[in-house]
Amino acid sequence: MANPTWFTRVSNFLTQIQAVSDTEFRKLRRDPSEVLTRAFQPAIWLLLFGEVMANVRGLATSSSSYLDFLAPGILAQSVLFSAIFFGISIIWERDLGVLHRQMVSPAPRSALVLGKALASGFRGLTQATMVYLLALILGIHLALEPFSILGVVAFIWIGSALFSTFSLIIACLVKTRDRFMGIGQLLTMPIFFASNAIYPIEIMPTWLRALSSANPLTYEVDGLRALMLADGITKYGLATDFAVLFAATSICVVIAARLYPRLTE
Amino acid sequence: MPTNQIVIQTRELTKVFGSFSAVQSLDLMVRSGEIFGLIGTNGAGKSTLIKMLTTLLPPSAGTASVASFDIVEQASSVRAHIGYVPQLLSSDGNLTGYENLLMSARLYLIPRAIRKKKITEALERMDLADAGNRLVGQYSGGMIRRLEIAQAMLHEPAVLFLDEPTIGLDPVARHTVWNHLLDLRKQEGVTILMTTHQMDEAEALCDRIGIMHQGRLTVTGTPKALKDHMGKGATLDDVFAANTGSDSEQSGRINAVKQERESARAHG
Repeated sequence: MANPTWFTRVSNFLTQIQAVSDTEFRKLRRDPSEVLTRAFQPAIWLLLFGEVMANVRGLATSSSSYLDFLAPGILAQSVLFSAIFFGISIIWERDLGVLHRQMVSPAPRSALVLGKALASGFRGLTQATMVYLLALILGIHLALEPFSILGVVAFIWIGSALFSTFSLIIACLVKTRDRFMGIGQLLTMPIFFASNAIYPIEIMPTWLRALSSANPLTYEVDGLRALMLADGITKYGLATDFAVLFAATSICVVIAARLYPRLTE
Repeated sequence: MPTNQIVIQTRELTKVFGSFSAVQSLDLMVRSGEIFGLIGTNGAGKSTLIKMLTTLLPPSAGTASVASFDIVEQASSVRAHIGYVPQLLSSDGNLTGYENLLMSARLYLIPRAIRKKKITEALERMDLADAGNRLVGQYSGGMIRRLEIAQAMLHEPAVLFLDEPTIGLDPVARHTVWNHLLDLRKQEGVTILMTTHQMDEAEALCDRIGIMHQGRLTVTGTPKALKDHMGKGATLDDVFAANTGSDSEQSGRINAVKQERESARAHG
């Protein structure tokens, strides 16, 4: 192992990512109750909020119904909400001591972070399945071709990775569950409301519009809106949406990998 | 059995938290195959020292090498050559014993072809073969400790660090853990650095003991030499009392005590 080849290095790195993500996946499969109960939240947004707001005149968007407009936003919201509290489980693992086991291993910290980020994608996808079922029942015009579905999967995965890594950074900074809960609540609402998730950017005041276009959730929603709906359109273009999310995720992974060792100090 | 090769060496190793010196200018040397026990009051700096040697905590000053690698400059190489059983519960209760070992095998890059074989052997060695497919949450404290040792030893490290290995365990479970540790040393020649609060444990396992007090190593030696030095009929308790002074009432801050109780509860 004196001079591992490029291929060996990549394959080792992937194995170490898998070490972390696979355990998360197994735990989720064994006890999906948390993810399933979380799925009630998008249902409430679509059924209660959506049905009422659809009648508000200012929100009527061109020919498609407000529910069609709202569904991808709520999907993005469920990705955000389930990922943003991911940090709590990391703090929990640190308090237990499980995290120490990973930290004393020779695995690069970036592999440990990516393993967690990848695993949060499983949660996001479980949520998405519930939102799709509900959307079908509500008669929302979904695009069900394989390309669209694959695109949605990719956007959910990268969105989950982004917000869970962001959450991990906060966990590394605050280190306790109580403080995390406070900050998590504080961040979630601005990220959600300063985005195009539940209303179009066009009806926002100028300052909020600027804020919204700097908000990664906006690009998550924009991508999902194009891919999820039968006649979906994107404002920024799918390539831009994905590029923004990818860049933001990369930055978060680098920062999280730097901060991660703080948790077990 | 101990050889002349030095496996752990620290030079003026120091860790400062704010104005509090957890470890002060500590010099320690442990030889290959040795079982070295650190004893001391709560907050004496034992866990901080272990955290530095396992690369979890960067030192404030001084140097240290483990398995011939510098703990700061070659942290990743150090990690590849050590096993660590923290005081806290480090196996995941929501996974089976097998799955916990599988995670370790992947993190340590044990080749896929021999992964299953290694895990099965590790479970057998720690008498956990029948429990491999049960959730760790259903294990007894002693079984969890054995699984944690199996996880820490899976990649055949040169040095094994154990922080209070039998805390919270009943006497039978304690003895089982002791026997397994002695076996590991005998069969694999692993060097062990452990902390303990229990004098009988230090006497049963350790070739040499170091007593820590207020971040310093006040005395080191074999249990017998330390007792002989105190005079006829002296016990390790006497040695401990003589070397930690009478201020143990003041040591052991709330966090140290809290962590210890949590760990005891988790394993008990």
